[in-house]
Amino acid sequence: MFDTAKDAFVAFEHVQKSYDGETLVVKDLNLQIGQGEFLTMLGPSGSGKTTCLMMLAGFETATHGEILLQGRPINNIPPHKRGIGMVFQNYALFPHMSVAENLAFPLEVRGMGKSEREGKIKRALDMVQMGDFGGRRPAQLSGGQQQRIALARALVFEPELVLMDEPLGALDKQLREHMQFEITNLAHRLGITTVYVTHDQTEALTMSDRVAVFDDGRIQQLDPPDVLYEQPQNSFVAQFIGENNTLSGVVTKISGDRCVVKLDSGDEIDARPVNVSAVGDRTTVSIRPERVEMDKRRLSPDAHTLKGEVLEFIYMGDIFRTRLRVAGSEDFIIKTRNAPDQKRLTPGTQIEIGWLPEDCRALDA
Amino acid sequence: MKLSKILLATSAVGVATAGLAYAGGHMATGSFTLVSWGGAYQASQTNAYTNPYSANNPGVEFVWDESSAEAVAKLRAMNEAGNLTWDLVDVVASDALRLCDEGLAMEIDADEMLAPAPDGTSASDDFGDLLVGDCFIPQIVYSTTFGYRTDMVPDGVEPPNDICDVFDLETYPGMRSLESRPINNMEWALLCDGVAKADVYDVLATDEGQEQALAKLDTIRDSVIWWNAGADTPQLLADGEIFIGSTYNGRLFSAIVEQNQPIGMMWDAQVFDLDGWIVPAGLPEDRLARVMDFVNFATDTQRLADQAAYISYGPARLSSAPLVGNHAELGIEMAPHMPTDPNNAKNTFLYNYEFWADYRDDIDAKFQAWLAQ
Amino acid sequence: MARANSRLLKTNTSDGDRMSDTTNSGPMLAADGTPLKTSLARALRRQKLRALMLIAPLLAFVVLTFVVPIGSMLFRSVENQIVSGTLPETVEALDAWHGQDDTLPDETVFQALFFDLFRAAEAKEHTKLGSRLNYERTGLSSMFRTTGRGIDDIGEVFQDWLEDADPAFKDGITWYEMLSGTGGEDLIQERRALWANMVGEGFAGDIGFTLSGEIAALLPQTAAAYSDWAIYTAVADEDVVSEEDPWEAVYAALALDLARPETAFALTSYTGVGARPLANAIAALPSLPQIDFRAAFIEENDGWGNIENWQTIKIYSPDYTTGYFLNAIDMEKGLEGVNARPENQQLYIKLFVRTMIMSLIITGSCIFLGYPVAWLLANLPVRSANVLMILVLLPFWTSLLVRTSAWKVLLQQQGVINDILVWLGFVDDANRLILMNNSTGTIIAMTHILLPFMILPLYSVMKTIPPSYLRAAKSLGATNWTAFWRVYFPQSVPGIGAGSILVFILAIGYYITPEIVGGTDGVFISNRIAYHISSSLNWGLAAALGSILLALVLALYWLYDRIVGIDNVKLGG
Repeated sequence: MFDTAKDAFVAFEHVQKSYDGETLVVKDLNLQIGQGEFLTMLGPSGSGKTTCLMMLAGFETATHGEILLQGRPINNIPPHKRGIGMVFQNYALFPHMSVAENLAFPLEVRGMGKSEREGKIKRALDMVQMGDFGGRRPAQLSGGQQQRIALARALVFEPELVLMDEPLGALDKQLREHMQFEITNLAHRLGITTVYVTHDQTEALTMSDRVAVFDDGRIQQLDPPDVLYEQPQNSFVAQFIGENNTLSGVVTKISGDRCVVKLDSGDEIDARPVNVSAVGDRTTVSIRPERVEMDKRRLSPDAHTLKGEVLEFIYMGDIFRTRLRVAGSEDFIIKTRNAPDQKRLTPGTQIEIGWLPEDCRALDA
Repeated sequence: MKLSKILLATSAVGVATAGLAYAGGHMATGSFTLVSWGGAYQASQTNAYTNPYSANNPGVEFVWDESSAEAVAKLRAMNEAGNLTWDLVDVVASDALRLCDEGLAMEIDADEMLAPAPDGTSASDDFGDLLVGDCFIPQIVYSTTFGYRTDMVPDGVEPPNDICDVFDLETYPGMRSLESRPINNMEWALLCDGVAKADVYDVLATDEGQEQALAKLDTIRDSVIWWNAGADTPQLLADGEIFIGSTYNGRLFSAIVEQNQPIGMMWDAQVFDLDGWIVPAGLPEDRLARVMDFVNFATDTQRLADQAAYISYGPARLSSAPLVGNHAELGIEMAPHMPTDPNNAKNTFLYNYEFWADYRDDIDAKFQAWLAQ
Repeated sequence: MARANSRLLKTNTSDGDRMSDTTNSGPMLAADGTPLKTSLARALRRQKLRALMLIAPLLAFVVLTFVVPIGSMLFRSVENQIVSGTLPETVEALDAWHGQDDTLPDETVFQALFFDLFRAAEAKEHTKLGSRLNYERTGLSSMFRTTGRGIDDIGEVFQDWLEDADPAFKDGITWYEMLSGTGGEDLIQERRALWANMVGEGFAGDIGFTLSGEIAALLPQTAAAYSDWAIYTAVADEDVVSEEDPWEAVYAALALDLARPETAFALTSYTGVGARPLANAIAALPSLPQIDFRAAFIEENDGWGNIENWQTIKIYSPDYTTGYFLNAIDMEKGLEGVNARPENQQLYIKLFVRTMIMSLIITGSCIFLGYPVAWLLANLPVRSANVLMILVLLPFWTSLLVRTSAWKVLLQQQGVINDILVWLGFVDDANRLILMNNSTGTIIAMTHILLPFMILPLYSVMKTIPPSYLRAAKSLGATNWTAFWRVYFPQSVPGIGAGSILVFILAIGYYITPEIVGGTDGVFISNRIAYHISSSLNWGLAAALGSILLALVLALYWLYDRIVGIDNVKLGG
């Protein structure tokens, strides 16, 4: 995407971080973020994503490697001189100041005059539709309102880079979804670069330009959401992003972008080789529940199919969720649209399932 | 929750029964509470009075309460609460007078209640003038006098031997320690400001005289550490914090003789004071009878003489003086260390109880105001 | 946070109340038809009762250990019944005397004084009164003591005269029979009340004597004096009245009665018991010694001839006095009103001011020293924080006396600190620093002793301030200092407030430490209070000083509330 790290807006170069001198929390991180990009760092807790964010903000120092902002190394620049806006997990609104005072704080420390300040505060509050709340104390606001103020405060001094550390974690589902939309909207409208940390994959997928999936101190995959979802590069990503059926077996045949995997149950299936290179490799194949096909007519005639027994049928409104016993696994899930012609399967029914080979990815074991 | 409740309940019952047992035992076993000063003085009383008494009266058990310093206030509080737990209280004579004035101490008929001297002299004659007030049973004569660091006496100068040396900062530089109350200090100040010994109290009774005494004290004020406890001066002397300081002679005796500190005695213008028993007013008859039996024993000629073997305070009976022997442990002769020894008692005062009973409040207010300036 | 929530809750409930109040026109009824409010109140009453029972032991404890002592202290600081209780008739007689001109009270006052003081001396109450009045005027203690000792002599003159006039007066039974009868019950009751007032006990019970109303009308003073004696003999001495001889005051009273011409006239028609000795006494009237109690008192103690002593008695004769409070602020009561005390006796205001200032300094140094420690405690990893916490708490586990004495060893001129300074060459050996026996010593030692009381509330408040606030401030562009000062510090203010209130209130009440290391200019008002409690026994003054101290604390608390806001005090999350 970028020729050199210098071209990127933010760049991590071989960054390592250790707290105790024994284990690495971040292992050789390389990451370039473009100007105006909305990048999400996604991963389970302890995966190193927050540490990366804190290093970028300047609250943690890299043990090794360099972090560049607009081509300049910032390792030795203290946080308050980096000019990076930040939204914290619990908002960190100063409880002893009113909303307007909270917003005035970054402007005041920059020595901005009163009238200029007031204009900016008003604009920032209007931007998050909180124009009438300037005189309130944070404690008098609801969670969503506090969230907006935190956002406004991080943006009021017009930083070019904004970091968000799980900012929606404390909100209920509906509000969260609404705020996801608002935040992306705002970020794109203002054209600011955003680095967003979350462990919620839905959030990551809906908001980001690109998502960096973290695990074990490394980026497992860095891609736009659709790529990430549809073409996971390894079984961790496949598991972590969205729902997945996994079956394990051995590759018996490879030809180009097709391979045949013999499952542990003895059945054979078609898959696309992703992380396997030779016949005999152990692999985990992954297939999305919504890509499983029950209508044989839609598959190619030579496609392998599997027998399955319906164990459970769950009505979920927009979709049906059916759990099957397939190739020895009892957690095989199929999702089908609640369409007028869709059959509702009853437990005990025997069916035959299959899929397009390109939907089934043979990943690392 | 339940367990802790049970624990609480049982411990409360325990306390209650312990209290009952104590209250009951108080009567049954004949234990009674003596109030004294603690330390070496109380030890001398134990050795000279209670140990021999217990030997003759095995049923009696003594409980010591080291509250003499607050005895007046505590007795008053007990009286107000109507719960008298003390049987016999050791106080200085001025406190005995106050307790008597307050009706908190029982009046004493010396001849009726105290033992006569071995030669038949009545108790009142044997104690003589020392029977101050109506309630006081004297035990010892002690004095407030001075001790100085022998190694801090300037070269070529005689060690201090005159009360006015205390006020002489030029010849004897260094810090002094004086008690933070007017009594004794005012007399010494007047004495060293040219007032004849016989006139001291007449002068001190006037506003001008009080001003004069304070003005004299003013001359050494910056070199004085004011003490509140008798142990302070010996400690300050031992630490080399002061050159000379006033305290009770027995404290200096133990610092010099028992602890071998480089301290010398300066007996000039020592002020005699008395310490003795008072019986709290309002004791029930059975307790009173026991107390009087003990008092009769503990203040007889031999017992008072015995006490002097443990501490350098003079016995309050004339008839005890010839019986004073050697120190019980060190074996040294005690007589030369007694404040009443003729060599030490060349120039002495006797605490003027009547005067201070009247003037104490007034002069103390002025003295404290002066100190606070 | 908890505070914020409760505030939100509060607004919510008040909104709710308003709504329910306004939604209907008539009273809402519960299912059983009773008004909703009544049934709610009934339901709540049981809850309240249960809650009350739960706190009842604590309530009783607080009342017993806190309210009652403070109440009794406040009462004691104005109570002054001892004068009118001991000298009731003198105080009454003094009403007519104003003391402005230079004349002593007249003979009636001295006569009343004789009978009052006689009773007081018998009951040994006169010395208490002397001690009390001596706080106000030097010399009154010995005046009352010596007069009490010699008061018999004043009455003895009349006893001798009466016994010469008729030897029957020597015999107690003569008196008993003469005065016995019926109709004098009221007077007996009256005299009982006088005794009870003076001694503070009931003085109830049978006295084996009933007063004749006839004789009481004829010889009023004799009847009163004899009743006094009879009551005291029967109740206090537990003797049989008819078997004892009356005390001298009774003879003096009869002499006074007989000396009045109208008595002699009335007695001519008296034929009851004792008519003969009385007639003999009247016959002997020409040889009656001159009645001059004033001279007799002045002879006993010339203090009675000093008008200022009488003024003091008059000023302090009401049952309640502001005298202690005036004394506590360096004022005194005069006949004309309130004056400042002579300058050389002014002490307490100075001490109050010093106590306040030094307590503030101590509080300030506790903040100064304790704040960084608390910050460290709150921000160190748990393990190191625990070690540090133990160090902070360590002083709590040593006795106060030991700690203070340790400071003595450190601070004195030949002490450890001076030794080190001299050794390091910072201080000349001849000019060692004076670190104790002055206010410096008090401040150092008290700061150390009270430091944990500052650190602990500070720590518990700081512990609740999330580190993200500081980070947020820095990310917003604040330097370390600005972030601390504008964001962290304001949030730790409630901890400072709680710590300061604790330290300040503890400091103004301390007296052991100032006593040991404070010398003369490092002692507090509490040292004087302790002195008056345990040494001078002037408990009224001690109570007044204590009450003023209490009032000062409350005033400061109020001021703090006005300036900082009392809800801005937190001992923890």
